[in-house]
Amino acid sequence: MREQVSPRRSPFNSISICRDRPLDTTASYNDKVVRQFTIMVVVWGIVGMLVGVLIAAQLIWPQLNFDLSFLTYSRLRPLHTNAVIFAFGGSALFATSYYVVQRTCHVRLAFDKLAAFTFWGWQVVILLAAITLPLGITQSKEYAELEWPIDLLITVVWVSYAVVFFGTIAKRRIKHIYVANWFYGAFIITVAVLHIFNNLAVPVSLFKSYSIYTGVVDGMMQWWYGHNAVGFFLTAGFLGMMYYFVPKQAGRPVYSYRLSVVHFWSLIAIYMWAGPHHLHYTSLPDWAQTLGMVFSIILLAPSWGGMINGIMTLSGAWHKLRSDPILKFMIVSLSFYGMSTFEGPMMSIKTVNALSHYTDWTIGHVHSGALGWVAMMTIGTLYCLIPRLYNRDSMYSTKLIDVHFWTSTIGVVLYAVALWVAGITQGLMWRAVNDDGTLTYSFVESLKATYPYYGLRLIGGLLFFSGMIIMAYNVWKTVSNNKPVPVAVLDPA
Amino acid sequence: MPAFWHWFIAAGTIAFVIWCAWLISWSSKQGPQNIADDDVVGHTWDGDLEEWNNPAPKWWLYLYFITIAWAVGYMIAYPGLGSWEGVIGWSQEGQYEAEMQAAAERYEPIYERFAAMEFDTLQDNDEAMSLGASLYASYCTTCHGSDARGATGYPNLTDDDWLWGGTEAALTATLTHGRSGVMPVLAPALGGDAGVDNMVSYVRSLSELIEADAAANSAKPMFVALCSACHNADGSGNPVFGAPNLTDDIWLYGSSHDAVHTTIISGRNGIMPAHGELLGEDRTKILAAYVASLSGQD
Repeated sequence: MREQVSPRRSPFNSISICRDRPLDTTASYNDKVVRQFTIMVVVWGIVGMLVGVLIAAQLIWPQLNFDLSFLTYSRLRPLHTNAVIFAFGGSALFATSYYVVQRTCHVRLAFDKLAAFTFWGWQVVILLAAITLPLGITQSKEYAELEWPIDLLITVVWVSYAVVFFGTIAKRRIKHIYVANWFYGAFIITVAVLHIFNNLAVPVSLFKSYSIYTGVVDGMMQWWYGHNAVGFFLTAGFLGMMYYFVPKQAGRPVYSYRLSVVHFWSLIAIYMWAGPHHLHYTSLPDWAQTLGMVFSIILLAPSWGGMINGIMTLSGAWHKLRSDPILKFMIVSLSFYGMSTFEGPMMSIKTVNALSHYTDWTIGHVHSGALGWVAMMTIGTLYCLIPRLYNRDSMYSTKLIDVHFWTSTIGVVLYAVALWVAGITQGLMWRAVNDDGTLTYSFVESLKATYPYYGLRLIGGLLFFSGMIIMAYNVWKTVSNNKPVPVAVLDPA
Repeated sequence: MPAFWHWFIAAGTIAFVIWCAWLISWSSKQGPQNIADDDVVGHTWDGDLEEWNNPAPKWWLYLYFITIAWAVGYMIAYPGLGSWEGVIGWSQEGQYEAEMQAAAERYEPIYERFAAMEFDTLQDNDEAMSLGASLYASYCTTCHGSDARGATGYPNLTDDDWLWGGTEAALTATLTHGRSGVMPVLAPALGGDAGVDNMVSYVRSLSELIEADAAANSAKPMFVALCSACHNADGSGNPVFGAPNLTDDIWLYGSSHDAVHTTIISGRNGIMPAHGELLGEDRTKILAAYVASLSGQD
C-alpha cells in the first residue's frame, strides 16, 4: 500500500466547477429528486427509530401500549422494521443511487418525471404502511407485511426506479460502469424479483390476501426473500453507496478493482442461497438446511471483500480521521459490516444456531448490521452529500457531526453488547437441564434474566435516536438558508 | 426426490461452488500489479474517482478458498446435494431420535423407581415430590404460575376446589388427555341486555356476592332451564363437564359483574393441553401426585 495524498482529490472539487455558469436543465444534474429523498432519509430515520425506542421500552414496561390496539408491540414492531429498512434505508438508497449514477455516468438522470414519480410513489407506500400496519392489516410475512394493493404499488414504483436507473446507465458518456453502479444495479434487479415472488398472493378483499405458497414452501420463500432483503437491500445497495462516498470523502482511489470484481460476483451469486439458515431444525428438508448453511459460510469472504476494499481505500488517509468525523462514521460502519458478516456465517452453523435461534442474539445481530453498518454509512454519506446538494462547502457544524458520531457509536455498541449477553443468556437458560431431565429454568425466568439487558438496549437505542435529532438540527441549519444551484454535468475525463 | 430435482439441485450447487473457485483463480492469475503512485486502472469518473488494482490480500483469498474446501467436505459428509444422503448418514430426524433415546436411557430409570408406589404414599415421599416440583416447573408454570396459584382463566391448583376432580384417576386423565372446558355463548337465549344483567345478578347471588333482588330472582327459571344441565340446578357444578361450582368464592374468570357478564355473552373456552405423549406414564403419575399435594394449601 503506497502513501498517496493528492491535492486534486479534494472531496469537494466537483461542486466548485459549475457555480458561476448559467445552465440549461439538460446540461445539469437532476438533484431535485436527490434532495427530496435525502431530506426524507432524516425524517424517516427519526420516525422509525422513535418507534423502535418505544417498543424497546414496551418490552420493559408493557403498559406503555396504553391498552390501545394500534400501540401494541405486535403492530408497532413491523412498523418499526418497515420504517427503518424501507423508509429510512430505502430513501437513502434512492437518493444516493440517483446522485451516484448521474455523476459516474456523466449524464443527467433519465426520465425526470418518472424519477419524480418514484419519490412520490415511495412516500405514498410509506404512508400506507404507517396507516395499515398499526391497524393490524398484514400478510404476516416478516419484512413483507404490507398487503397486496400496497405490494402492487411497490412493484410499479420499483420498476420505474429500474427504468430510471438503467436508463441513465444506458445513456452514459463513459464506457466503463463504475463499481458503485454494479452494486446498485444488482440491488434494484434482485429486490424486484424477491418482492414479486414472495408476495404472490390471492386477494380475498382489499385488505386481506392469502399467499399462494403453503407450509414449508411458504416458509422457504419467505426466508429466501427475507435473507436477500438483508443481502441485497441492506448490503449490496449500501456497498454501492460505500464505493462512491468512501473514496470521495477520503480523496483516494478505490483500493482494488479486481477485489471489487471478485467480491461482487461472489456476493450476488452466494447470497441467493443463504435463506434456509433461518429454518434450521424445522420441517425444511435436511438438504435445503445444509445448502443454506454451507453457502452462508462461503459468504464470509465475499462479504469481507467489500470491507477490505473500503478500509484499504481509507488506509493512507488515517490522519484525516482526526479532523473529519464523516470518515469516522464510514470506518466504524465498515468495521461493523465486517463484524456482522462474520457473526452471520457463524450463527448459520447448525450447532451455533441451536443456541442463538429465537433468542435476542438475533435481534442484536440485525442491529449491529442495521445501525452499525447501514445507518452509520448512511449518516456519513448524508453529511458528505447534503452540503453538495445545497451549494455549501460543508455542514453547518462539524462539531455536531462529531457529537453525533460518538452518540451513535456508543449507542450501537451498548445495543449490540446488551443483546449478545441477553441472547446467550436466554439460549443457555433454555437448554439447561436438571439431573432428572427437567428444565432448570422456566421461560419466565429467562425473561426475568433478560430485563437488565432490555434496559441497556433501551439506553443504546435512545442514544442512537438522539444522534438522529442532532443530525436533524444540523441538516436544518445547513439547508434552510441555502438556495440549491443546478450543478452542470461534468464532461468525462 | 424426483431424479430431475436431484440433478437440478446437485448440479446447481456444484456450479455455484465452481464459480466461486474460478473467481479466486481469476483473481490470483491477474498477477501482482506494479503499483506506482497514480498507477490506477485508467478510468476516471466524476472528476476524481479512480481505482487502483491492488491484488486481493493473500489471507483473504486463502480464507475464501478454505471456506469452499470446507463446504465441499461438508456436502460429501452431510445431505445437501439433492437426494445425496451424505457418507456419515446424518439426518435431523436421526439426531432427534438419538438424543431422545439417550435422554430416555438416562432419565427413565429415575422415574421408574416410583412406578409401583401407591399414589397416596408418593405424596409423602420427599424425593418423588422434588421430582414432581421439577416437572411442574418445566411443564405447568407457563399457565398455572410458578406458585401454582393460576391466573384469570387458569385454575389455581393450591385451593381445595377441582374443576375436573382431584382423584388419582381424574388428575391422571387431565394430565394425559387434557381438558376442554367450554362455556357456550348464552346471551341470545337470555333475551337481550336486561335478561343477561338479571342472570349475572342471579349467578353472583348464588355465592352471596350480592343480595338477590326481585330482578335477579326473575332469572332463576332461566337458570334452571339453560344452566342447570352443566352447573346443576343449585349451581353446585359438575366435574364431568368441568362446570364450575357457582356457589363458592372461587372464580376462574373473575367474579365482578363485568367478568360474569362477559362469560355469559361471549362464552369461555378453557384448554388444558394433553401431556401424555410428552410425559409418559411414570412422570404423569409423579406429577399428578405432586399436583394433588398442592391442593388445600389456601
